[in-house]
Amino acid sequence: MSQDFMRQMPDAEHHLSRRPGLIFRLHLDVWLLSILLLLMAGGLFVLYSASGADLDETLSQVYRLLFAMGVMVMLAQVHPRHYRRLAPFAYGVTVLMLIVVLIEGVHAKGAQRWLVIPGVFRFQPSEIMKLAMPLTLAAWLSGRPLPPRWKELLSCAVILAVPILLIAKQPDLGTSLLVGAAGIFVVLLAGLSWRLVGFFSALAMAGLPALWMVMHDYQRNRVLTFLNPERDPLGAGWNIIQSKTAIGSGGIYGKGWLHGTQSQLEFLPERHTDFIIAVLGEEFGLIGMSILMVVYLLLIWRGIQIAINAQDTFSRLLAGTISLTFFVYVFVNIGMVSGILPVVGVPLPLVSYGGTSSVTLLAGFGILMSIHTHRDLIKRA
Amino acid sequence: MSGHFKPVASWRFYLLLGIMGLVAAGLAGFVVWLNLFEHDFLKQQGDVRTLRVEPITAHRGMITDRNGEVLAISTPVVTLWINPQDFPKTADAVRQLAQAAGLSPVNLAQRLKRYVNHEFMYLRRQMTPDEADAVLALGLPGVHARDEFKRYYPPGEVATHLVGFTNLDDQGQEGLELAYNDYLSGEPGQRRVLKDLKGRIVRQLAVLKPAEPGGDLALSLDMRLQYLAYRELKAAVQQHHADAGSAVILDAKSGEVLAMVNQPAYNPNNRAHMDPESLRNRAMLDLLEPGSTVKPITVAAALMSGEYTPDTIVDTRPGYMRIGGHTVRDVVDHGVLTVTRVITKSSNIGVAKMAMALPEDAVWGLFSQLGMGRATGTGFPGESVGHLPPNTLVDRAVMAYGYGLSVTPLQLAQAYTPLADHGQLHAVSLLRQDKPQSHQVIPPKIAREVLEMMETVTQKGGSGTRARIPGYRVAGKTGTTHKVGSTGQYTSEYRAFFAGIAPVSDPRLIAVVVVDNPRGRQYYGGEVAAPVFSRLMGGALRMLNVPPDNLKTLPQKDLPTGSLPQDVKVAE
Repeated sequence: MSQDFMRQMPDAEHHLSRRPGLIFRLHLDVWLLSILLLLMAGGLFVLYSASGADLDETLSQVYRLLFAMGVMVMLAQVHPRHYRRLAPFAYGVTVLMLIVVLIEGVHAKGAQRWLVIPGVFRFQPSEIMKLAMPLTLAAWLSGRPLPPRWKELLSCAVILAVPILLIAKQPDLGTSLLVGAAGIFVVLLAGLSWRLVGFFSALAMAGLPALWMVMHDYQRNRVLTFLNPERDPLGAGWNIIQSKTAIGSGGIYGKGWLHGTQSQLEFLPERHTDFIIAVLGEEFGLIGMSILMVVYLLLIWRGIQIAINAQDTFSRLLAGTISLTFFVYVFVNIGMVSGILPVVGVPLPLVSYGGTSSVTLLAGFGILMSIHTHRDLIKRA
Repeated sequence: MSGHFKPVASWRFYLLLGIMGLVAAGLAGFVVWLNLFEHDFLKQQGDVRTLRVEPITAHRGMITDRNGEVLAISTPVVTLWINPQDFPKTADAVRQLAQAAGLSPVNLAQRLKRYVNHEFMYLRRQMTPDEADAVLALGLPGVHARDEFKRYYPPGEVATHLVGFTNLDDQGQEGLELAYNDYLSGEPGQRRVLKDLKGRIVRQLAVLKPAEPGGDLALSLDMRLQYLAYRELKAAVQQHHADAGSAVILDAKSGEVLAMVNQPAYNPNNRAHMDPESLRNRAMLDLLEPGSTVKPITVAAALMSGEYTPDTIVDTRPGYMRIGGHTVRDVVDHGVLTVTRVITKSSNIGVAKMAMALPEDAVWGLFSQLGMGRATGTGFPGESVGHLPPNTLVDRAVMAYGYGLSVTPLQLAQAYTPLADHGQLHAVSLLRQDKPQSHQVIPPKIAREVLEMMETVTQKGGSGTRARIPGYRVAGKTGTTHKVGSTGQYTSEYRAFFAGIAPVSDPRLIAVVVVDNPRGRQYYGGEVAAPVFSRLMGGALRMLNVPPDNLKTLPQKDLPTGSLPQDVKVAE
């Protein structure tokens, strides 16, 4: 459609005189793409070190990232209006998969999170919900008068609650909170009066004790340990103490690639997954951490730019939410590893070892690119 | 496309952005704080987890004989240990490990069970590096190696009583290994290493203090003589079905112990089936009544008093004599003897009469001066000091022929040093001496006279003719004593002695041979100990290239005379 429009442009001679570039034709955003490539390349270096210089593991992550990039490129081709149309189906299918996981899922580390398609691959439906949730809510709210009223809010609450509860049941508190955060971002961006924000905040506060009641023992332990890591230095507190030690001992310049003692000597648990930033902090120091954070902020900044420039409510809500949730992932992971937040299993986006989360994240960026590259050149009234 | 469209982002959006910015700034600030202000503490925490100070095992010094032949040396071995916390407790792993380490799986499983709450358990100690590598190659978690040294004693049981041995921890337990433990063991060093979570050493960062290897110890022993003494003594003990035996060879000019052997002996390299009886260094630990072997000393005291000369007449008739409630007997009635013949015939009555005729301090004083009843000063662990009886008339008379006092074979050999070296008493030494200590206790002339009297013992009509050595003049004295039983009474068991000096013209060696409880028909010192002495001393003299001083006793062979056979061409 936009292509058609371009041909009609009156003074498009010099635009049309050269062929549109490959990136342009693939609906990719140069900024997002370069920052993402930079992040992933740097991340692979850290992963190589964190996996104990295991080339096979690093290569397998390369393949996953390539697959995820493919998904991103594919999603960038799809016009946002199709996303809006397909959102309810995505939601329905994902909820269905979450139910299947609870019945048929594969156990790993005491939780039932994995769905296996025999011989092909296995994945976590909860990760897909991270994307399906903002899609659905944005699609739902964009068709209604904004800011949303009580009726819409109630519907949103139901749409939100079902997957959150299903994920929490696995149990995967971290992901269910992130999915919840994504939903809340959509509602916030859609517009909510101060009074309602205050009301829901109070409700959430009041709900904390209830949350405490339904939490599993290990989850409560994590919170208690977060409040005081020295409570159980050899058990639940070990992770936090070790990761703080790793980050802090790096100093300004770090100990050098492959030379971190905490990480290389296996004192740091989960060092190639959730706690990978501690490896970065130890080996590359404050400088390495700062560069990583700047790269993340650039990504988020570009996402917010895309949201601001989006041309319809659905696109804007979706782009804003994807950017904000990405920020939340980064913040929660770094906060958790530095001991500011309790340990909830949130990987460091695009750096931690893992397939499903990389695919979901890059899929999100694919949608961002789609939103940006499918704009009409002249805003329609 | 439904089109409720807002041209600019709402204030909520900017508020969210602001909150986000604050959160990001807070997070960044915290990380900066961790890195800048907590850095020293956290770095130290990191080091506490990974840096360890490990001891460096010091190499234990070597023990050699006087010519540098190795008597005890440390070889590198590997000790394997397990951290039971890390070791997989599956039957399969235990079986695999036991097989590789050469242990019984049942036994290992039991030990692992017993150590289940510990973090350290020896798997097997002192394996060869090859064996240990085979176990480590299994890659089982929790199995660790530690480099150690194992003591190896090349001469085996030949020199073991003197050298002693160390325990598994490389600490001296017996003999000179114990006496000189501090000197031999050196100072362990320290190094700083990087360890991972499983306690494996990843790399060595620095040597804080290098290990100071222990000093080497050169003994006075001459292993050629030691082997010879060992062989001859062992043969004699077996031949006579004796309980035990000792032999000592001293360098007559320095007092150094050139050989010291005992039977029974043990193999220090494999002490699994060691008989405690075989552990004793009898030559330094066992107290014996020396019997007739001290008679030359009594005679020396008599000559030193000026009241006797070698030719003074002593009446030993009728072959027995009562002193107090005690009867002194000779084997037969020797009649009237010169002092020289008293030695030749080994008359108890002769020396007893001389001792009683002398001033009261003469005999006791000389015995004491010669080191009887006194420590020799070698520092050997558990060495006996010996005992001299109170200086009464009866005790003097009995002591004169070697009863009532107790000495070690080494003390007896030491007491002979003045007779061999112009009246100079040499302090015995187990270490090679560059400056031997000595002092004059007997006038040279008298020492010489006594030595020549002792030579008559090995000559025709003497009690020790079987101690003769072809080509050399030999002086010596036999001894045969009744052993004292556990009740303090004399028993019918004997101890056969021979103590001698050779060559007489310029003495080089002193040897003492003791055979304990020979059970055959022969039990006299002249029958049991003298032949051992002969072979021992003869071999030693030849090994040391001592020139013969008695060529006429050598079997004469006619030297070839005339011209060379015609068909032999002499090389040009």
